Amino acid sequence: MKIISSLLLGTLLTLAGCQSLNSSATLYDELGGMPVIEKITDNFINEISFDQQIAAHFRETKIDRFREKLIEQLCNVSDGPCKYTGDSMLDVHQKMNITEGEFNRTVDLLINAMNQAGVAHRTQNKLIARLAPMRPDIIYH
Amino acid sequence: MAKCKGIAMLVLLAPATLAWAGSGKLQETAGVTQIEGSSGGGLVPWATLAGYDSREETSASVFATRVSTDDYRLHSWGGAFSWHDRIELSATHQTFDLTATAFEISQNVLGAKVRVYGDVIYSRWPQVSVGAQYKELLDTTLAEAVGAKDFDNGTDFYLAATKAHLGALFGYNLVWDLTLRGTKANQFGLLGFGGDQNDSYEIMGEGSLAILFSRSLALGVEYRQKPDNLGFAEEEDAADIFVAYIPNKQFNLTVAWVDLGSIAGSDKQTGPYVSLTGYLW
Ligand code: HEM
Repeated sequence: MKIISSLLLGTLLTLAGCQSLNSSATLYDELGGMPVIEKITDNFINEISFDQQIAAHFRETKIDRFREKLIEQLCNVSDGPCKYTGDSMLDVHQKMNITEGEFNRTVDLLINAMNQAGVAHRTQNKLIARLAPMRPDIIYH
Repeated sequence: MAKCKGIAMLVLLAPATLAWAGSGKLQETAGVTQIEGSSGGGLVPWATLAGYDSREETSASVFATRVSTDDYRLHSWGGAFSWHDRIELSATHQTFDLTATAFEISQNVLGAKVRVYGDVIYSRWPQVSVGAQYKELLDTTLAEAVGAKDFDNGTDFYLAATKAHLGALFGYNLVWDLTLRGTKANQFGLLGFGGDQNDSYEIMGEGSLAILFSRSLALGVEYRQKPDNLGFAEEEDAADIFVAYIPNKQFNLTVAWVDLGSIAGSDKQTGPYVSLTGYLW
């Protein structure tokens, strides 16, 4: 077991080393700022449009507004220089009866969108972690 | 081995996407299959259910596992069904060979698990499940010989808590599990239940810790406390270090190095562990 614990400890220390290089930057900077957030959003809208089940919810949505508000929100939650001017998550997703499965599927689409925008795995996790607490306001309403 | 090949074929033929079929969880969050057939790590059952089903879906999976230590070989294979991310049922057949002789013990394990709280990723507190593993020993000769009090069958009960922390470790997702098991089993039940030193249920602690290095690769360690009921030979705790490769929601492959401790008088039983789980829907 000694080998195992030293292996794990070694891994942790190596990871800690990587981390200290960019610990002062905001998640917004780490993502690559506005150009990358716009790219993620466009890719995401594209991914949604090809997913029948999720796209069904957006049939009557004004996509220009959705794009603008989502960009603001991604910028805002990643500590970027934006204010979110859209409606509350509870109000927006009210009466849609979004299921848990659909929510998780949408997260998969967002991951695809981030992959296409070249966002690193660890940065993706951090952004998802910021959005995750919104889930109770989004599903089963 | 013919059995394992059959299972692998089934997996490759699995239907891709059906509306009610399980795909509604994030990749890697269904865990893999532990040695007794429950969703978990390699040795430890987790609070997760076997499959990618969300609350409106079901899923079914099959698995095969092989552990080879210096003196023994353990095969384990079976299937699991998960309903609405709420109830898991599993059936597993285990064979345990003494490599030096032709001696073989086999055992069937029926498992049931119910998720009682939470979501491994999204709830504030860990996902919690309760479960049972009913073990029926098919060859009782050895269990009788070593002095097990009950050599036909026994049931383990467990309470498991599992939590994923998104981006928690320098941006990597971290998953941990803590499981408490009430058990009388000697060497997972293969040497019967209870013994001359102790014949009552004891609470054993088990735990896993894994880092998800990418959407498809996890590295982890596990520890599983085991009872020591038999006077004839010491039983020790088990541990492993594992790498799980989870390329998609259809199958995963786990490779580990396990330390099962001393078994029936043979010390330091360590060796490789390989496990494949395939999701049929
Ligand atoms: C954490 C996950 C999510 C976030 C952060 C999010 C965020 C947003 C934002 C910022 C808007 C625009 C609000 C506005 O116009 O004021 C929006 C609208 C919308 N969202 Fe979400 N959303 C999430 C999950 C989902 C899911 C899972 C679905 C459905 C499967 C969904 C369906 C919709 C629809 C259909 C609209 C447009 C509503 C309309 O037409 O007015 N969202 N969302």
